[in-house]
Amino acid sequence: MANTDFRLSSLSGLKIHKSAQALVQWNLIAAFATLAVGGLMALLVLLTRWPSVHLLPLDYYYRFLTLHGIDALLAWIIFFEIALVHFTSAVILGTRSYISWLGWVAFALMLIGGGLINTIVILGRADVMFTSYVPLKGDPMYYLGVILFAVGALIGFIHFFINIVLSKRDGGYKKSLPLGSFGLAAASIIGILTLLHGAGIFLPTFLWSLDILPTIDPSAYRLVFWGLGHSSQQINVCAMVAVWYMTSAFVVGGKPVNEKLSRTAFVLYILFINLASEHHLLVDPVLSNWHKVVNTSYMMHLAVLASMIHAFAIPASMEVALRKQGHTRGLFEWLKKAPWGNPAFSGVVISIVLFGFLGGITGVIFGTEQFSIIRHNTFAITGHFHGTVVAGTTIAFMAFTYLLIPYIFNKEIIWKGFASVQPWLYGVGVATLSIGMMSAGSFGVPRRHYDITFSGAPFSFTFDPAIDMFMSMMGVGGVLAVLGGVLYIVIAFGSIIFGKKIEQQ
Amino acid sequence: MHENREDGPIPAGQRFYDNIFLLLVLGTVVPTLVYTVWGLIEIMNVPKLPIVP
Repeated sequence: MANTDFRLSSLSGLKIHKSAQALVQWNLIAAFATLAVGGLMALLVLLTRWPSVHLLPLDYYYRFLTLHGIDALLAWIIFFEIALVHFTSAVILGTRSYISWLGWVAFALMLIGGGLINTIVILGRADVMFTSYVPLKGDPMYYLGVILFAVGALIGFIHFFINIVLSKRDGGYKKSLPLGSFGLAAASIIGILTLLHGAGIFLPTFLWSLDILPTIDPSAYRLVFWGLGHSSQQINVCAMVAVWYMTSAFVVGGKPVNEKLSRTAFVLYILFINLASEHHLLVDPVLSNWHKVVNTSYMMHLAVLASMIHAFAIPASMEVALRKQGHTRGLFEWLKKAPWGNPAFSGVVISIVLFGFLGGITGVIFGTEQFSIIRHNTFAITGHFHGTVVAGTTIAFMAFTYLLIPYIFNKEIIWKGFASVQPWLYGVGVATLSIGMMSAGSFGVPRRHYDITFSGAPFSFTFDPAIDMFMSMMGVGGVLAVLGGVLYIVIAFGSIIFGKKIEQQ
Repeated sequence: MHENREDGPIPAGQRFYDNIFLLLVLGTVVPTLVYTVWGLIEIMNVPKLPIVP
Protein backbone atom coordinates (compact mmCIF):
# COMPACT_ATOMS: atom_id res chain seq x y z
CA MET A 1 0.00 0.00 0.00
CA ALA A 2 1.79 3.15 -1.18
CA ASN A 3 1.92 6.03 1.29
CA THR A 4 1.16 8.45 -1.54
CA ASP A 5 -2.36 7.03 -1.60
CA PHE A 6 -2.96 8.62 1.80
CA ARG A 7 -3.37 12.30 2.57
CA LEU A 8 -3.52 13.98 5.97
CA SER A 9 -6.55 16.21 6.48
CA SER A 10 -5.22 19.44 7.95
CA LEU A 11 -8.58 20.18 9.59
CA SER A 12 -9.38 16.85 11.22
CA GLY A 13 -5.95 15.20 11.47
CA LEU A 14 -7.45 12.14 9.79
CA LYS A 15 -5.27 10.01 7.51
CA ILE A 16 -7.46 9.45 4.47
CA HIS A 17 -6.86 6.79 1.80
CA LYS A 18 -8.08 7.67 -1.68
CA SER A 19 -10.06 4.39 -2.02
CA ALA A 20 -12.17 5.22 1.05
CA GLN A 21 -12.38 8.89 0.10
CA ALA A 22 -13.88 8.14 -3.32
CA LEU A 23 -16.49 5.76 -1.86
CA VAL A 24 -17.55 8.30 0.78
CA GLN A 25 -17.69 11.05 -1.83
CA TRP A 26 -19.86 9.22 -4.36
CA ASN A 27 -22.26 7.83 -1.77
CA LEU A 28 -22.66 11.37 -0.41
CA ILE A 29 -23.30 12.81 -3.88
CA ALA A 30 -25.98 10.15 -4.48
CA ALA A 31 -27.48 10.97 -1.06
CA PHE A 32 -27.68 14.70 -1.86
CA ALA A 33 -29.26 14.00 -5.28
CA THR A 34 -31.91 11.64 -3.86
CA LEU A 35 -32.71 14.12 -1.07
CA ALA A 36 -33.25 16.79 -3.74
CA VAL A 37 -35.80 14.57 -5.55
CA GLY A 38 -37.40 13.42 -2.28
CA GLY A 39 -37.63 17.03 -1.11
CA LEU A 40 -39.30 18.17 -4.32
CA MET A 41 -41.84 15.35 -3.93
CA ALA A 42 -42.32 16.43 -0.29
CA LEU A 43 -43.26 19.94 -1.42
CA LEU A 44 -45.81 18.63 -3.95
CA VAL A 45 -47.36 16.20 -1.42
CA LEU A 46 -47.42 18.90 1.26
CA LEU A 47 -49.19 21.37 -1.01
CA THR A 48 -51.79 18.72 -1.76
CA ARG A 49 -52.45 17.73 1.86
CA TRP A 50 -52.74 21.42 2.81
CA PRO A 51 -56.52 21.77 2.28
CA SER A 52 -56.40 25.43 1.25
CA VAL A 53 -54.01 24.60 -1.63
CA HIS A 54 -54.84 20.96 -2.59
CA LEU A 55 -52.48 21.10 -5.56
CA LEU A 56 -52.22 17.71 -7.27
CA PRO A 57 -54.84 15.50 -8.91
CA LEU A 58 -55.59 12.19 -7.18
CA ASP A 59 -53.26 9.84 -9.11
CA TYR A 60 -50.28 12.18 -9.02
CA TYR A 61 -50.71 12.60 -5.27
CA TYR A 62 -50.25 8.87 -4.58
CA ARG A 63 -47.51 8.61 -7.23
CA PHE A 64 -45.45 11.42 -5.71
CA LEU A 65 -46.16 10.19 -2.16
CA THR A 66 -44.66 6.83 -3.19
CA LEU A 67 -41.62 8.57 -4.62
CA HIS A 68 -41.27 10.83 -1.56
CA GLY A 69 -41.18 7.75 0.68
CA ILE A 70 -38.65 5.92 -1.47
CA ASP A 71 -36.26 8.84 -2.04
CA ALA A 72 -36.49 10.73 1.25
CA LEU A 73 -36.98 7.84 3.65
CA LEU A 74 -34.91 5.13 1.99
CA ALA A 75 -32.45 6.32 -0.66
CA TRP A 76 -31.14 9.59 0.86
CA ILE A 77 -30.64 8.07 4.26
CA ILE A 78 -29.15 4.74 3.19
CA PHE A 79 -26.73 6.33 0.70
CA PHE A 80 -25.61 8.63 3.53
CA GLU A 81 -25.29 5.66 5.89
CA ILE A 82 -23.13 3.73 3.42
CA ALA A 83 -20.93 6.85 3.19
CA LEU A 84 -20.72 6.68 7.00
CA VAL A 85 -19.87 2.96 6.78
CA HIS A 86 -16.76 3.78 4.72
CA PHE A 87 -15.96 6.84 6.85
CA THR A 88 -16.02 4.93 10.14
CA SER A 89 -14.52 1.63 8.95
CA ALA A 90 -11.65 3.12 6.95
CA VAL A 91 -11.17 6.89 7.36
CA ILE A 92 -11.55 7.03 11.16
CA LEU A 93 -9.30 3.99 11.53
CA GLY A 94 -6.69 5.51 9.22
CA THR A 95 -6.65 2.54 6.86
CA ARG A 96 -7.76 2.00 3.29
CA SER A 97 -11.09 0.64 2.12
CA TYR A 98 -10.30 -3.05 1.61
CA ILE A 99 -11.69 -4.87 -1.46
CA SER A 100 -12.87 -1.47 -2.62
CA TRP A 101 -14.44 -2.96 -5.77
CA LEU A 102 -17.05 -4.49 -3.45
CA GLY A 103 -17.98 -0.98 -2.30
CA TRP A 104 -18.41 0.05 -5.94
CA VAL A 105 -20.57 -3.02 -6.67
CA ALA A 106 -22.78 -2.05 -3.72
CA PHE A 107 -22.95 1.56 -4.93
CA ALA A 108 -23.80 0.50 -8.49
CA LEU A 109 -26.59 -1.86 -7.34
CA MET A 110 -28.09 0.84 -5.14
CA LEU A 111 -27.88 3.37 -7.97
CA ILE A 112 -29.44 1.02 -10.54
CA GLY A 113 -32.13 -0.14 -8.08
CA GLY A 114 -32.96 3.41 -7.00
CA GLY A 115 -33.06 4.59 -10.62
CA LEU A 116 -35.33 1.70 -11.60
CA ILE A 117 -37.78 2.43 -8.77
CA ASN A 118 -37.89 6.14 -9.61
CA THR A 119 -38.47 5.44 -13.31
CA ILE A 120 -41.24 2.90 -12.75
CA VAL A 121 -43.04 5.10 -10.22
CA ILE A 122 -42.83 8.22 -12.42
CA LEU A 123 -44.22 6.18 -15.32
CA GLY A 124 -47.24 5.47 -13.11
CA ARG A 125 -46.72 1.71 -12.99
CA ALA A 126 -46.35 1.36 -9.21
CA ASP A 127 -48.56 3.76 -7.24
CA VAL A 128 -48.27 1.41 -4.29
CA MET A 129 -46.65 3.75 -1.77
CA PHE A 130 -43.69 2.92 0.45
CA THR A 131 -45.42 -0.01 2.13
CA SER A 132 -46.66 -1.64 -1.12
CA TYR A 133 -49.05 -3.80 0.93
CA VAL A 134 -50.25 -6.89 -0.91
CA PRO A 135 -52.62 -7.49 -2.64
CA LEU A 136 -51.87 -4.00 -4.03
CA LYS A 137 -49.70 -4.95 -7.02
CA GLY A 138 -47.06 -2.84 -8.75
CA ASP A 139 -44.98 -3.46 -11.85
CA PRO A 140 -42.47 -6.33 -11.31
CA MET A 141 -39.65 -3.90 -12.16
CA TYR A 142 -40.58 -1.88 -9.06
CA TYR A 143 -39.98 -4.89 -6.80
CA LEU A 144 -36.81 -5.71 -8.73
CA GLY A 145 -35.60 -2.16 -8.11
CA VAL A 146 -36.23 -2.53 -4.36
CA ILE A 147 -34.39 -5.88 -4.34
CA LEU A 148 -31.38 -4.45 -6.21
CA PHE A 149 -31.23 -1.44 -3.87
CA ALA A 150 -31.54 -3.67 -0.79
CA VAL A 151 -28.87 -6.13 -1.99
CA GLY A 152 -26.54 -3.19 -2.74
CA ALA A 153 -27.09 -1.78 0.77
CA LEU A 154 -26.60 -5.26 2.28
CA ILE A 155 -23.22 -5.58 0.53
CA GLY A 156 -22.38 -2.08 1.78
CA PHE A 157 -23.04 -3.08 5.39
CA ILE A 158 -21.13 -6.37 4.97
CA HIS A 159 -18.22 -4.29 3.63
CA PHE A 160 -18.07 -2.59 7.03
CA PHE A 161 -17.18 -5.90 8.70
CA ILE A 162 -14.58 -6.77 6.06
CA ASN A 163 -12.94 -3.38 6.59
CA ILE A 164 -12.78 -3.58 10.39
CA VAL A 165 -11.38 -7.14 10.40
CA LEU A 166 -8.61 -6.29 7.91
CA SER A 167 -8.01 -2.92 9.53
CA LYS A 168 -7.38 -4.62 12.89
CA ARG A 169 -4.90 -6.95 11.16
CA ASP A 170 -3.06 -3.89 9.78
CA GLY A 171 -3.04 -2.01 13.10
CA GLY A 172 -5.90 0.42 12.41
CA TYR A 173 -7.04 -0.25 15.96
CA LYS A 174 -5.92 -2.64 18.69
CA LYS A 175 -8.74 -3.92 20.90
CA SER A 176 -11.87 -1.77 20.91
CA LEU A 177 -13.26 0.08 17.92
CA PRO A 178 -13.52 3.85 18.42
CA LEU A 179 -17.01 4.73 19.67
CA GLY A 180 -18.15 6.29 16.37
CA SER A 181 -17.13 3.14 14.50
CA PHE A 182 -18.77 0.98 17.18
CA GLY A 183 -22.01 2.92 16.62
CA LEU A 184 -21.80 2.19 12.89
CA ALA A 185 -21.03 -1.47 13.71
CA ALA A 186 -24.34 -1.53 15.60
CA ALA A 187 -26.05 0.19 12.65
CA SER A 188 -24.54 -2.35 10.23
CA ILE A 189 -25.73 -5.30 12.36
CA ILE A 190 -29.25 -3.85 12.39
CA GLY A 191 -28.86 -3.13 8.67
CA ILE A 192 -28.00 -6.75 7.84
CA LEU A 193 -31.01 -8.09 9.77
CA THR A 194 -33.24 -5.45 8.18
CA LEU A 195 -32.14 -6.16 4.63
CA LEU A 196 -32.47 -9.93 5.12
CA HIS A 197 -36.10 -9.26 6.02
CA GLY A 198 -36.32 -7.12 2.87
CA ALA A 199 -35.04 -10.01 0.75
CA GLY A 200 -37.36 -12.39 2.64
CA ILE A 201 -40.45 -10.47 1.64
CA PHE A 202 -39.62 -8.72 -1.64
CA LEU A 203 -38.30 -11.83 -3.44
CA PRO A 204 -41.64 -13.70 -3.07
CA THR A 205 -43.54 -10.48 -3.81
CA PHE A 206 -41.50 -10.06 -7.01
CA LEU A 207 -42.39 -13.63 -8.02
CA TRP A 208 -46.03 -12.96 -7.16
CA SER A 209 -46.01 -9.82 -9.34
CA LEU A 210 -44.76 -12.03 -12.21
CA ASP A 211 -47.67 -14.46 -11.52
CA ILE A 212 -45.17 -17.21 -10.64
CA LEU A 213 -46.46 -17.37 -7.05
CA PRO A 214 -50.27 -17.47 -6.84
CA THR A 215 -50.66 -15.49 -3.63
CA ILE A 216 -48.89 -13.82 -0.72
CA ASP A 217 -50.45 -13.96 2.73
CA PRO A 218 -51.18 -10.29 3.63
CA SER A 219 -50.57 -10.89 7.37
CA ALA A 220 -47.21 -12.54 6.74
CA TYR A 221 -46.36 -9.72 4.31
CA ARG A 222 -47.11 -7.07 6.93
CA LEU A 223 -45.10 -8.91 9.59
CA VAL A 224 -41.98 -9.42 7.46
CA PHE A 225 -42.29 -6.10 5.60
CA TRP A 226 -42.11 -4.18 8.88
CA GLY A 227 -38.99 -6.18 9.73
CA LEU A 228 -37.61 -4.13 6.82
CA GLY A 229 -39.76 -0.99 6.87
CA HIS A 230 -39.46 -0.06 10.54
CA SER A 231 -36.06 -1.62 11.18
CA SER A 232 -34.56 0.50 8.42
CA GLN A 233 -35.51 3.45 10.64
CA GLN A 234 -33.59 1.80 13.48
CA ILE A 235 -30.43 1.77 11.31
CA ASN A 236 -31.04 5.51 11.08
CA VAL A 237 -31.36 5.92 14.83
CA CYS A 238 -28.11 4.07 15.42
CA ALA A 239 -26.19 5.92 12.71
CA MET A 240 -27.67 9.24 13.90
CA VAL A 241 -26.50 8.64 17.49
CA ALA A 242 -23.03 7.72 16.19
CA VAL A 243 -23.03 11.02 14.26
CA TRP A 244 -23.98 12.87 17.47
CA TYR A 245 -20.97 11.35 19.30
CA MET A 246 -18.59 11.98 16.38
CA THR A 247 -19.70 15.61 15.94
CA SER A 248 -19.24 16.26 19.65
CA ALA A 249 -15.73 14.78 19.36
CA PHE A 250 -14.74 16.64 16.16
CA VAL A 251 -16.23 20.07 16.97
CA VAL A 252 -15.70 20.54 20.73
CA GLY A 253 -13.40 17.60 21.56
CA GLY A 254 -16.16 15.84 23.50
CA LYS A 255 -15.55 12.40 24.99
CA PRO A 256 -18.30 10.30 26.58
CA VAL A 257 -18.37 10.67 30.34
CA ASN A 258 -18.65 6.90 30.65
CA GLU A 259 -17.77 5.16 27.39
CA LYS A 260 -18.76 1.73 28.72
CA LEU A 261 -22.26 3.01 29.36
CA SER A 262 -22.49 4.47 25.84
CA ARG A 263 -21.34 1.16 24.35
CA THR A 264 -23.88 -0.69 26.51
CA ALA A 265 -26.58 1.55 25.06
CA PHE A 266 -25.51 0.59 21.51
CA VAL A 267 -25.61 -3.11 22.47
CA LEU A 268 -29.17 -2.61 23.76
CA TYR A 269 -30.03 -1.19 20.32
CA ILE A 270 -28.48 -4.23 18.62
CA LEU A 271 -30.51 -6.67 20.69
CA PHE A 272 -33.86 -4.98 21.09
CA ILE A 273 -34.52 -1.97 18.87
CA ASN A 274 -35.70 -4.02 15.90
CA LEU A 275 -38.59 -5.36 17.94
CA ALA A 276 -40.22 -1.93 17.62
CA SER A 277 -41.43 -3.13 14.20
CA GLU A 278 -44.38 -4.51 16.14
CA HIS A 279 -45.81 -0.96 16.42
CA HIS A 280 -47.27 -1.37 12.97
CA LEU A 281 -49.09 -4.55 13.94
CA LEU A 282 -50.62 -3.50 17.25
CA VAL A 283 -54.07 -3.16 15.68
CA ASP A 284 -53.58 -6.28 13.56
CA PRO A 285 -56.15 -8.90 14.60
CA VAL A 286 -54.01 -11.90 13.63
CA LEU A 287 -51.19 -11.71 16.17
CA SER A 288 -51.69 -12.58 19.83
CA ASN A 289 -51.55 -10.08 22.67
CA TRP A 290 -48.49 -11.90 24.00
CA HIS A 291 -46.58 -11.30 20.76
CA LYS A 292 -47.57 -7.63 20.87
CA VAL A 293 -46.85 -7.08 24.55
CA VAL A 294 -43.47 -8.86 24.58
CA ASN A 295 -42.25 -7.08 21.44
CA THR A 296 -43.35 -3.60 22.44
CA SER A 297 -44.03 -3.15 26.13
CA TYR A 298 -41.14 -5.31 27.34
CA MET A 299 -38.33 -5.66 24.82
CA MET A 300 -38.67 -2.37 23.03
CA HIS A 301 -38.33 -0.35 26.22
CA LEU A 302 -34.81 -1.72 26.62
CA ALA A 303 -34.01 0.16 23.41
CA VAL A 304 -35.80 3.24 24.80
CA LEU A 305 -33.50 2.95 27.84
CA ALA A 306 -30.56 3.05 25.43
CA SER A 307 -31.86 6.27 23.85
CA MET A 308 -32.22 7.82 27.31
CA ILE A 309 -28.58 6.94 28.05
CA HIS A 310 -27.41 8.61 24.81
CA ALA A 311 -29.67 11.62 25.47
CA PHE A 312 -27.76 12.35 28.68
CA ALA A 313 -24.31 11.10 27.62
CA ILE A 314 -23.87 13.28 24.53
CA PRO A 315 -24.86 16.69 25.99
CA ALA A 316 -22.73 15.76 29.03
CA SER A 317 -19.73 15.07 26.76
CA MET A 318 -20.21 18.52 25.20
CA GLU A 319 -20.52 20.21 28.61
CA VAL A 320 -17.39 18.54 30.00
CA ALA A 321 -15.37 19.42 26.87
CA LEU A 322 -16.51 23.06 26.88
CA ARG A 323 -15.84 23.41 30.62
CA LYS A 324 -12.33 22.05 30.03
CA GLN A 325 -11.86 24.86 27.50
CA GLY A 326 -12.38 27.32 30.38
CA HIS A 327 -16.10 28.09 30.13
CA THR A 328 -16.74 27.38 33.81
CA ARG A 329 -18.61 30.47 35.09
CA GLY A 330 -21.98 29.56 36.55
CA LEU A 331 -24.14 26.70 35.40
CA PHE A 332 -24.52 27.68 31.76
CA GLU A 333 -21.48 29.60 30.50
CA TRP A 334 -20.41 26.49 28.59
CA LEU A 335 -23.77 26.50 26.82
CA LYS A 336 -23.59 30.20 26.01
CA LYS A 337 -20.04 29.90 24.66
CA ALA A 338 -20.75 26.77 22.62
CA PRO A 339 -19.97 27.15 18.87
CA TRP A 340 -23.54 27.97 17.83
CA GLY A 341 -22.35 29.56 14.59
CA ASN A 342 -20.95 26.20 13.45
CA PRO A 343 -23.81 24.44 11.61
CA ALA A 344 -22.35 21.03 12.48
CA PHE A 345 -22.68 21.75 16.19
CA SER A 346 -26.00 23.64 16.09
CA GLY A 347 -27.49 21.05 13.74
CA VAL A 348 -26.62 18.18 16.07
CA VAL A 349 -28.05 20.00 19.10
CA ILE A 350 -31.27 20.73 17.16
CA SER A 351 -31.38 17.08 16.09
CA ILE A 352 -30.95 15.82 19.68
CA VAL A 353 -33.66 18.13 21.08
CA LEU A 354 -36.21 17.55 18.31
CA PHE A 355 -35.60 13.81 18.10
CA GLY A 356 -36.06 13.46 21.85
CA PHE A 357 -39.05 15.70 22.43
CA LEU A 358 -40.94 15.22 19.14
CA GLY A 359 -39.98 11.87 17.66
CA GLY A 360 -38.83 9.78 20.61
CA ILE A 361 -41.44 10.60 23.23
CA THR A 362 -44.32 10.33 20.76
CA GLY A 363 -42.91 7.04 19.46
CA VAL A 364 -42.98 5.55 22.95
CA ILE A 365 -46.52 6.85 23.57
CA PHE A 366 -47.97 5.79 20.21
CA GLY A 367 -46.15 2.47 20.49
CA THR A 368 -48.30 1.30 23.39
CA GLU A 369 -51.22 -0.89 22.47
CA GLN A 370 -53.86 1.32 24.08
CA PHE A 371 -52.73 4.47 22.27
CA SER A 372 -52.13 2.67 19.02
CA ILE A 373 -55.82 1.81 18.85
CA ILE A 374 -56.77 5.50 18.69
CA ARG A 375 -53.76 6.95 16.85
CA HIS A 376 -52.99 4.24 14.27
CA ASN A 377 -53.34 5.43 10.67
CA THR A 378 -53.97 9.01 11.77
CA PHE A 379 -51.83 11.98 10.77
CA ALA A 380 -50.31 11.84 14.28
CA ILE A 381 -48.16 8.89 13.15
CA THR A 382 -46.90 10.90 10.16
CA GLY A 383 -46.05 13.71 12.60
CA HIS A 384 -44.20 11.22 14.82
CA PHE A 385 -41.95 9.83 12.14
CA HIS A 386 -41.20 13.27 10.70
CA GLY A 387 -40.00 13.98 14.25
CA THR A 388 -37.65 10.99 14.17
CA VAL A 389 -36.48 10.52 10.61
CA VAL A 390 -36.51 14.15 9.49
CA ALA A 391 -36.03 16.26 12.63
CA GLY A 392 -33.67 13.65 14.07
CA THR A 393 -31.77 11.72 11.41
CA THR A 394 -31.92 14.11 8.46
CA ILE A 395 -30.84 17.15 10.50
CA ALA A 396 -28.02 15.14 12.10
CA PHE A 397 -26.81 14.03 8.66
CA MET A 398 -27.11 17.60 7.34
CA ALA A 399 -25.02 18.80 10.29
CA PHE A 400 -22.36 16.13 9.68
CA THR A 401 -22.19 17.16 6.02
CA TYR A 402 -20.64 20.46 7.17
CA LEU A 403 -17.74 18.38 8.52
CA LEU A 404 -17.57 15.78 5.74
CA ILE A 405 -17.25 18.29 2.89
CA PRO A 406 -14.07 19.88 4.31
CA TYR A 407 -12.67 16.54 5.54
CA ILE A 408 -13.48 14.32 2.57
CA PHE A 409 -13.93 16.64 -0.42
CA ASN A 410 -11.19 18.92 0.90
CA LYS A 411 -13.30 21.98 0.08
CA GLU A 412 -14.43 24.90 2.22
CA ILE A 413 -18.14 25.38 2.84
CA ILE A 414 -19.53 28.21 0.70
CA TRP A 415 -22.02 30.82 1.98
CA LYS A 416 -20.96 30.35 5.61
CA GLY A 417 -23.62 32.80 6.87
CA PHE A 418 -26.42 30.91 5.14
CA ALA A 419 -24.92 27.60 6.28
CA SER A 420 -25.06 28.68 9.94
CA VAL A 421 -28.75 29.56 9.54
CA GLN A 422 -29.70 26.43 7.55
CA PRO A 423 -30.14 23.92 10.42
CA TRP A 424 -32.26 26.43 12.36
CA LEU A 425 -34.50 27.16 9.37
CA TYR A 426 -34.91 23.47 8.60
CA GLY A 427 -35.36 22.58 12.28
CA VAL A 428 -38.03 25.21 12.96
CA GLY A 429 -39.83 24.18 9.76
CA VAL A 430 -39.83 20.45 10.52
CA ALA A 431 -40.81 20.99 14.18
CA THR A 432 -43.79 23.14 13.11
CA LEU A 433 -44.75 20.59 10.43
CA SER A 434 -44.50 17.69 12.87
CA ILE A 435 -46.51 19.39 15.65
CA GLY A 436 -49.17 20.42 13.11
CA MET A 437 -49.46 16.85 11.83
CA MET A 438 -49.62 15.31 15.31
CA SER A 439 -52.22 17.83 16.49
CA ALA A 440 -54.40 17.31 13.41
CA GLY A 441 -54.05 13.55 13.86
CA SER A 442 -55.25 13.79 17.44
CA PHE A 443 -58.52 15.16 15.98
CA GLY A 444 -58.76 12.08 13.77
CA VAL A 445 -57.33 13.40 10.49
CA PRO A 446 -56.18 10.29 8.59
CA ARG A 447 -52.69 9.78 7.19
CA ARG A 448 -52.06 9.35 3.43
CA HIS A 449 -55.55 10.67 2.63
CA TYR A 450 -55.94 12.64 -0.60
CA ASP A 451 -58.99 14.72 0.35
CA ILE A 452 -60.03 15.08 4.00
CA THR A 453 -63.02 17.24 2.98
CA PHE A 454 -64.47 14.05 1.41
CA SER A 455 -65.80 16.07 -1.55
CA GLY A 456 -68.12 13.99 -3.73
CA ALA A 457 -68.60 11.33 -1.06
CA PRO A 458 -72.17 10.01 -0.57
CA PHE A 459 -72.03 10.90 3.15
CA SER A 460 -70.74 14.18 4.49
CA PHE A 461 -68.24 14.39 7.31
CA THR A 462 -66.54 17.39 8.83
CA PHE A 463 -63.66 17.44 11.27
CA ASP A 464 -63.41 19.76 14.25
CA PRO A 465 -62.69 23.26 12.83
CA ALA A 466 -59.47 23.35 14.92
CA ILE A 467 -57.80 21.14 12.32
CA ASP A 468 -57.71 24.08 9.87
CA MET A 469 -55.15 25.75 12.11
CA PHE A 470 -53.11 22.57 12.54
CA MET A 471 -53.14 21.73 8.82
CA SER A 472 -51.98 25.31 8.12
CA MET A 473 -49.22 24.87 10.72
CA MET A 474 -48.16 21.78 8.80
CA GLY A 475 -48.22 23.74 5.52
CA VAL A 476 -46.22 26.73 6.77
CA GLY A 477 -43.73 24.50 8.61
CA GLY A 478 -43.33 22.29 5.57
CA VAL A 479 -42.60 25.25 3.28
CA LEU A 480 -39.96 26.53 5.74
CA ALA A 481 -38.42 23.05 5.87
CA VAL A 482 -38.33 22.86 2.06
CA LEU A 483 -36.56 26.26 1.96
CA GLY A 484 -34.04 24.93 4.51
CA GLY A 485 -33.65 21.77 2.43
CA VAL A 486 -33.04 23.73 -0.79
CA LEU A 487 -30.42 25.81 1.03
CA TYR A 488 -28.70 22.61 2.21
CA ILE A 489 -28.62 21.07 -1.27
CA VAL A 490 -27.31 24.31 -2.85
CA ILE A 491 -24.61 24.69 -0.16
CA ALA A 492 -23.61 21.02 -0.39
CA PHE A 493 -23.29 20.87 -4.18
CA GLY A 494 -22.00 24.47 -4.34
CA SER A 495 -19.23 23.68 -1.84
CA ILE A 496 -18.20 20.52 -3.71
CA ILE A 497 -18.07 22.32 -7.07
CA PHE A 498 -17.11 25.91 -6.21
CA GLY A 499 -15.70 25.64 -2.65
CA LYS A 500 -12.16 26.90 -2.05
CA LYS A 501 -9.65 24.04 -1.88
CA ILE A 502 -8.18 23.47 1.57
CA GLU A 503 -4.39 23.43 1.98
CA GLN A 504 -3.01 19.87 2.23
CA GLN A 505 -0.32 18.29 4.35
CA MET B 1 -13.16 8.19 21.28
CA HIS B 2 -10.70 5.37 21.89
CA GLU B 3 -10.69 3.05 24.87
CA ASN B 4 -7.76 0.73 24.44
CA ARG B 5 -6.31 -0.72 27.62
CA GLU B 6 -2.66 -1.40 27.03
CA ASP B 7 -1.98 -3.32 30.26
CA GLY B 8 -3.79 -5.77 32.51
CA PRO B 9 -6.48 -8.28 31.67
CA ILE B 10 -9.34 -7.11 29.46
CA PRO B 11 -12.62 -7.09 31.42
CA ALA B 12 -15.22 -9.64 30.32
CA GLY B 13 -17.71 -6.90 29.38
CA GLN B 14 -15.20 -5.25 27.06
CA ARG B 15 -14.32 -8.61 25.50
CA PHE B 16 -18.02 -9.15 24.82
CA TYR B 17 -18.47 -5.69 23.28
CA ASP B 18 -15.30 -6.11 21.20
CA ASN B 19 -16.60 -9.36 19.74
CA ILE B 20 -18.50 -7.73 16.89
CA PHE B 21 -19.35 -11.06 15.27
CA LEU B 22 -20.95 -12.40 18.45
CA LEU B 23 -22.99 -9.18 18.56
CA LEU B 24 -23.89 -9.74 14.90
CA VAL B 25 -25.17 -13.24 15.67
CA LEU B 26 -27.12 -12.11 18.75
CA GLY B 27 -28.48 -9.03 16.97
CA THR B 28 -29.76 -11.24 14.15
CA VAL B 29 -31.05 -14.19 16.16
CA VAL B 30 -32.89 -12.39 19.00
CA PRO B 31 -35.22 -10.24 16.84
CA THR B 32 -35.67 -13.01 14.26
CA LEU B 33 -36.92 -15.43 16.92
CA VAL B 34 -38.89 -13.01 19.12
CA TYR B 35 -40.51 -11.04 16.31
CA THR B 36 -40.39 -12.84 12.96
CA VAL B 37 -40.44 -16.57 13.70
CA TRP B 38 -42.90 -16.31 16.60
CA GLY B 39 -45.15 -14.05 14.46
CA LEU B 40 -45.05 -16.40 11.47
CA ILE B 41 -45.90 -19.40 13.70
CA GLU B 42 -48.93 -17.52 15.04
CA ILE B 43 -50.05 -16.54 11.52
CA MET B 44 -49.72 -20.16 10.30
CA ASN B 45 -51.84 -21.35 13.22
CA VAL B 46 -54.78 -19.05 12.51
CA PRO B 47 -57.66 -21.39 11.64
CA LYS B 48 -58.97 -21.07 8.12
CA LEU B 49 -62.41 -19.55 7.64
CA PRO B 50 -64.78 -22.45 6.98
CA ILE B 51 -66.26 -22.25 3.50
CA VAL B 52 -70.02 -22.58 3.62
CA PRO B 53 -71.36 -24.23 0.48
